[in-house]
Amino acid sequence: MIEPHYPLFYVFHFYLFGAIALASAIAFVTRKSPVAAALWLVNTMFSLAALYVMLDAQFIGVMQVLVYAGAIMVVFLFVVMLLNLGHPSELADARGLGWKLAAGLIGLGLLSEIGIILHAKLPEQLIVARDFHEQQLQKLNAVGTIAAPLFKDYLLAFELTSVLLLVAIAGAVILGRGRAVGAR
Amino acid sequence: MLAESLALTAALFIIGVVGVLIHRNAIIIFMCVELMLTAVNLTFVAFSRFYGTAGQVFVVFVMTVSAAEAAVGLAIIIAIFRHRQTINLKDINLLKG
Amino acid sequence: MLLQTAVAAASQHPLSGTIAEWVWLLPVLPLAGFVINGLLSLNSAHFGPTDPNTPAHHPHSEGAAEAAALSHGEEAGAVGDDHHAVKRHRWATLTSIVGPGVLIVAFLLALAIWQVMVSAHPETPFIQRYFSWMPVGDLQIDAAFQLDQLSMVMILVITGVGALIHIFSVGYMREDPGYPRFFSYLNLFVFFMLVLVLGSNYPVLFVGWEGVGLCSYLLIGFWFNDKANADAGKKAFIVNRIGDFGLLVAMFMLFANIGVLDFVGVSAKAVELGAGSAVVTAICLFMFLGCTGKSAQIPLYIWLPDAMAGPTPVSALIHAATMVTAGVYLIARSAALFSLSPVASLTVAVVGALTAIFAATIGLKQWDIKKVLAYSTISQLGYMFIGVGVGAYVSGMFHLVTHAFFKALLFLGSGSVIHAMHAAYHSTHSHEDAQDMRNMGGLKRYLPVTCVLMWIATLAISGIPPFSGFFSKDEILGAVFARAHGSTLASATWLGIPGSTLLYVVYGIGLAAALLTAIYMTRMMLYTFHGPVRTGTEEEKYLHEVPWVMTGPLVVLAILTIFGGWLNLPEVVTDILPVGPGEVLTRWLDPVVGPATARITAGASHVPVATEEMLIGLAVLIAVAGILFAFVRLKPSRVPRKADAIPEHGFEGVVANKYYVDEALDRTVVTPVYASSRNFLWRIIDNGLIDGFFVNGSAALARGFGWVGSRLQTGNVGTYAWVLVVGVLVMLAALTLR
Repeated sequence: MIEPHYPLFYVFHFYLFGAIALASAIAFVTRKSPVAAALWLVNTMFSLAALYVMLDAQFIGVMQVLVYAGAIMVVFLFVVMLLNLGHPSELADARGLGWKLAAGLIGLGLLSEIGIILHAKLPEQLIVARDFHEQQLQKLNAVGTIAAPLFKDYLLAFELTSVLLLVAIAGAVILGRGRAVGAR
Repeated sequence: MLAESLALTAALFIIGVVGVLIHRNAIIIFMCVELMLTAVNLTFVAFSRFYGTAGQVFVVFVMTVSAAEAAVGLAIIIAIFRHRQTINLKDINLLKG
Repeated sequence: MLLQTAVAAASQHPLSGTIAEWVWLLPVLPLAGFVINGLLSLNSAHFGPTDPNTPAHHPHSEGAAEAAALSHGEEAGAVGDDHHAVKRHRWATLTSIVGPGVLIVAFLLALAIWQVMVSAHPETPFIQRYFSWMPVGDLQIDAAFQLDQLSMVMILVITGVGALIHIFSVGYMREDPGYPRFFSYLNLFVFFMLVLVLGSNYPVLFVGWEGVGLCSYLLIGFWFNDKANADAGKKAFIVNRIGDFGLLVAMFMLFANIGVLDFVGVSAKAVELGAGSAVVTAICLFMFLGCTGKSAQIPLYIWLPDAMAGPTPVSALIHAATMVTAGVYLIARSAALFSLSPVASLTVAVVGALTAIFAATIGLKQWDIKKVLAYSTISQLGYMFIGVGVGAYVSGMFHLVTHAFFKALLFLGSGSVIHAMHAAYHSTHSHEDAQDMRNMGGLKRYLPVTCVLMWIATLAISGIPPFSGFFSKDEILGAVFARAHGSTLASATWLGIPGSTLLYVVYGIGLAAALLTAIYMTRMMLYTFHGPVRTGTEEEKYLHEVPWVMTGPLVVLAILTIFGGWLNLPEVVTDILPVGPGEVLTRWLDPVVGPATARITAGASHVPVATEEMLIGLAVLIAVAGILFAFVRLKPSRVPRKADAIPEHGFEGVVANKYYVDEALDRTVVTPVYASSRNFLWRIIDNGLIDGFFVNGSAALARGFGWVGSRLQTGNVGTYAWVLVVGVLVMLAALTLR
């Protein structure tokens, strides 16, 4: 696949945000305190949002900040705070060294396999025009580029997802109510 | 930047997997799962650059499902914590057979 | 059972539509007797305070039942006997009617069928096919009976002599608690024996073959409470089995090479095997192995002397007249095969000759009257095998018939003697051995009828004219001499020795065995009936003749022994003396064994008449010499009583101990087999491998798998996550690394 020549500015920032994301993710995994880990994950989300914008997915980038970093991670932090789990966990909270090494090996194995998979040939005929996204942005604005397919081609999936959200809300409420459900 | 994006995706995903394997704290494991989902999102977005907006639409769905799953999962964790006063997976093994 | 007459060919058979079609009734009658008597035997007998079947103090098992049984009954002379009476079995009377009754009816039916056969002169066998027994691919075996001249001879002997022995048993086993059981076993035996001789193919014959082996076991161990009897029964059965293996292999080879197993088919297709070929020789040798087992030849004769542990009528019927002759019958039936293989025929003759003289030497030093007769039987069977071995099938069958007469007479006579001795010992509460000749002597005073009858049989077996034994034995020896003179056997070589030489040697051995036969039989008679009475003055008072129910059959057998020779008078005699038709049996059996005999004597020149007469004279001379020798050298007065007996030394001791054959076999065969079976087959393979490895091992393996599986069920979500990821890893590897 022939990609256009990217200006150095673009490439530099791409690598910069990529590095930040990777480093934040590694930091996130190695924290013992759930709060610290959550915050590092938020940082990862942010850098990924920047990457989305750079990849012509502006709406997704904003959604990443709003939903992921802004809602999901906040809920996580709420729960941590509610259950008072913010303290660094005991030493026994992560598995021992042997387990860690094994996990690392498995990770490397999976990484190599993914690498092999990603060397597959990509179908050329599906590639859209280079200025496709520009065109879309011009025609429909940023939100429209997502909304149009969402409500036209993928309407069924959209509706099902909304049902799913409803079920999730109900479930979360019921599960979270504790003993009040049915005991009285 | 497809190749680099995909490499980054793979790396983030693997970090998430390793995190799930290593940790015993339920909340942290959950967050690792979120990380994995985010990495998948990046894959979709990277490909959508060349293959149209379908990838981004799918990202919307993934995010929605991820949010729902986070809500329910955290509710479960709260319920477990109420009963067992711990969220260390080592101690949550009633199904031991 | 569907009575299907044979295909169209049989409907043209001269015997079809006659009473011969009822031939199936011949074995069915004794079978019915077996069922009825068997049911009657289930009602257990009345036992006195002393159970007669418990091991008594008598070394011979016969003593136990006899002793208690003779306390009452026909002996009016039993005085002062405080033994509680053992009542007869509740169903004894009914059994006495059913048991011998079915045999008598069967004999009459056999006579009727024989009459029809005589007038019809059938050239081919009359085959009654009842149902298809084993249709498996190329193998088509039918359950069918074959009625021809050869089977007719056997049927008459079996039912006739069998009926007489049944009648004798009515008296002999009178007080035995197992009375109906005895007759049911006897009837079952006759059933199987008739199936054996009536079978139209080897498998049906084999059914009868095995069946008589079974009945032999049942009857030898009839008084099974004494372990020695049970052991004897087992020995008989197991040794028989070794022979059966040979017969089975022969059948397999026969089927593999010719593809048919019925006698008509085999006789027709036998030529395809090739005269003198290795295949037909192998088949015949394996078949002969079966015969050595059933007919007690070397090396499988060892069971017959031990079989004397059974009741005497059993010894008479099974181990003298019928079962042991099955081997001779088999070879006569397979004449087509044996005549094609000079090597196998010579082997049969040589083994027969060796057995004849070997057993005769042992018989010289036996003290138990039944053992003498047992070795005599083995020896005479050797003669029969000499006969069929040299291709004189008629002679072998002739000797079979006459031997049935006089050997049954001898056994039943000895049974009477033992019966009387037991009565005497029981009355005086003595525990002496009632079968040992050293305890007998001078019995002709007390058992005159039995003495005379047994002397008739002794003269017959020694080969004194005009008794039947002379004619049959002489015919065999004459046939050997003639074959040695010129035949396919004479021209063949056996292990490098030319056939004619071998046959002359066989002839010489036959003569020597005849001499020994005369000696030991006369010895037996002298020690039993003549000389001083060694039984003891107390017991003498109780010795008397046995009842007529037992003497009657003896008389009939004696008449048959005297006049049995007329069955097959040699032409040499009938040419000179006008005594009646000659060679009756030869002409009768000609359709069956004629072609095979002709194959052996093909192109041979006749022995000159003068030589034949000289040979006959020689045989008579030897017989007389043997009898005189015994009279002169063996003085009954010098025989000590058993209690005072001196153990034998040197060569005499070896002979007296049967050349230690049993002991040698025990050490070389039995003990190693037992040891290897126990230590290797049982301990290592059965216990260790099959039980330990396969059975317990598979259980342990399942348990191990279960343990592994259970280790995965920790209930810990983290474990499951691990398993999941590892699974994904493996699956991806499978997909990507393909």
